[in-house]
Amino acid sequence: MSFTEQWVAFLTLVTKEIRRFVRIWPQTLLPPAITMSLYFVIFGNLVGSRIGDMGGFDYMQYIVPGLIMMSVIQNSYGNVVSSFFSTKFQHSIEEMMVSPMPAHVILTGYMVGGIARGLMVGGIVTVLSLFFTHLTLQHAWITLSVVVMTAALFSLGGFINAVFARNFDDISIIPNFVLTPLTYLGGVFYSLELLPDFWRAVTLANPIVYMVNAFRYGILGVSDVNVYTSLGTIALFVLGFYILALWLLRRGTGIRA
Amino acid sequence: MSALSIRNLTKTYSNGVQALKGIDLTVEKGEFFALLGPNGAGKSTTIGIVSSLVNKSGGDVEIFGHSLDRERALAKKKIGVVPQEFNFNQFEKVYDIVVTQAGFYGIPIAEARRQAEKYLRQLGLWEKRQSAARMLSGGMKRRLMIARALVHEPELLILDEPTAGVDIELRRSMWDFLIGLNEQGRTIILTTHYLEEAESLCRRIAIIDHGVIVENTDMRSLLEKLQVETFVLDLQRPLQSAPELCGFHVRLRDAATLEVDVPKTESLNRLFGALAEQDIQVLSMRNKANRLEELFVRLVERNADLAGKEAAS
Repeated sequence: MSFTEQWVAFLTLVTKEIRRFVRIWPQTLLPPAITMSLYFVIFGNLVGSRIGDMGGFDYMQYIVPGLIMMSVIQNSYGNVVSSFFSTKFQHSIEEMMVSPMPAHVILTGYMVGGIARGLMVGGIVTVLSLFFTHLTLQHAWITLSVVVMTAALFSLGGFINAVFARNFDDISIIPNFVLTPLTYLGGVFYSLELLPDFWRAVTLANPIVYMVNAFRYGILGVSDVNVYTSLGTIALFVLGFYILALWLLRRGTGIRA
Repeated sequence: MSALSIRNLTKTYSNGVQALKGIDLTVEKGEFFALLGPNGAGKSTTIGIVSSLVNKSGGDVEIFGHSLDRERALAKKKIGVVPQEFNFNQFEKVYDIVVTQAGFYGIPIAEARRQAEKYLRQLGLWEKRQSAARMLSGGMKRRLMIARALVHEPELLILDEPTAGVDIELRRSMWDFLIGLNEQGRTIILTTHYLEEAESLCRRIAIIDHGVIVENTDMRSLLEKLQVETFVLDLQRPLQSAPELCGFHVRLRDAATLEVDVPKTESLNRLFGALAEQDIQVLSMRNKANRLEELFVRLVERNADLAGKEAAS
């Protein structure tokens, strides 16, 4: 395929992916808006008013970046894992497999679809948060880099999960038993400074800590970890996941007999 | 140049099943080719490998001279595939399914829309273009898969059981459509369980069984191998018992119906002469089974016997 043909194929797949999650917006865009609004009301307004300041900000302001990042992570992962597994389940993946589309176009198309949903939900949650608190963007490029790379990373994670999944249970195991605990323990609701040394060291092994803190640095200008280390680590993970996913796709793992 | 060239193609699945045992197959450009075989013979595996849905274990596949290993994208552009099972997103609109497929081949959106309209109209689906695919009848879904397979104008169209579960009227209209495509110069490969379909449409035929090609010839030569044909005769008056006819094996199916085995060396004139001598009047006559069906059953049975003997020795 020429570059132009690959570009057309890529745009086709991205459009298809975006059209899919927009068509089923009550399942994809509405639930995170409701869930995050509840977090803002309960943890921000009701509980947060009794907690006081954290990291130099009121509690509501402090948790907003983490909650935005949590919704980006969950939705970018969820989008690709459910979409790609559905195409396997319905055999509509064969539409792509019989076509001359190269594996990297297919993978990048799904990844960008996941990023698009992550950013759209992140945008909705950000707008909702403004009804509850005031935010000023401190470092726009860092904010944008972190959110796009994090969405890319979890989109690729969702893709790899879908490649190996054999039934619908397999696509919910990682989000429920890995992503949710890591996100809740990833410094969304608290500063690492509150933790004893041992648990602080343990928490630093959680990659989501770096994403949440780098994003918080972009918005509020405060972070528990080095921001550039965080950005570098996320970029390396994106590269590693991309190479792994591409290798699996080219081999036909979980797709071709 | 051949439309499809397969050399020593083998496939062993991870469970150890050897689906293809080194098949060779050539389909010339412009042919209407039938690939027949009983369930589990290796037809779908062969088509799966050619259409890149199954990984081969060994051998070579070339499509219009392009190797599937070395020039995969070029080879894939030449093929359109209509699989046996419905394999589109049931929740998508008919029009979107076809336009999206064109996009996967790198066809720009304006041209993709023109192509989608062309084939949806030709296949009688244009009025249903805004319907979700799940709302279509079984026959419409099959036509949707044909429209999708044609949207990038492939030179080789592969259809795996395209008329399975389709009513007779629709089957006939699909035959006409496929004949038209073939007359325009498209090469067509068809697998089917309806042997009447293969006999009506295809000029060449290959029969695959237990992962090997047991016959690969033109339809006329194949049918000439049929040594005996069985005819069913409806009689004017009932008989008490089957008549003795020299050179023919005759059975009484019921009082007014005879079954007669006619060897290839005998003429039907002699049969009717013998019947007239015994004052037996025939009202109508038909083949007991499709000729190709009789031959197919014999070839597959022979191959099963050979496989059994090989296993025993």
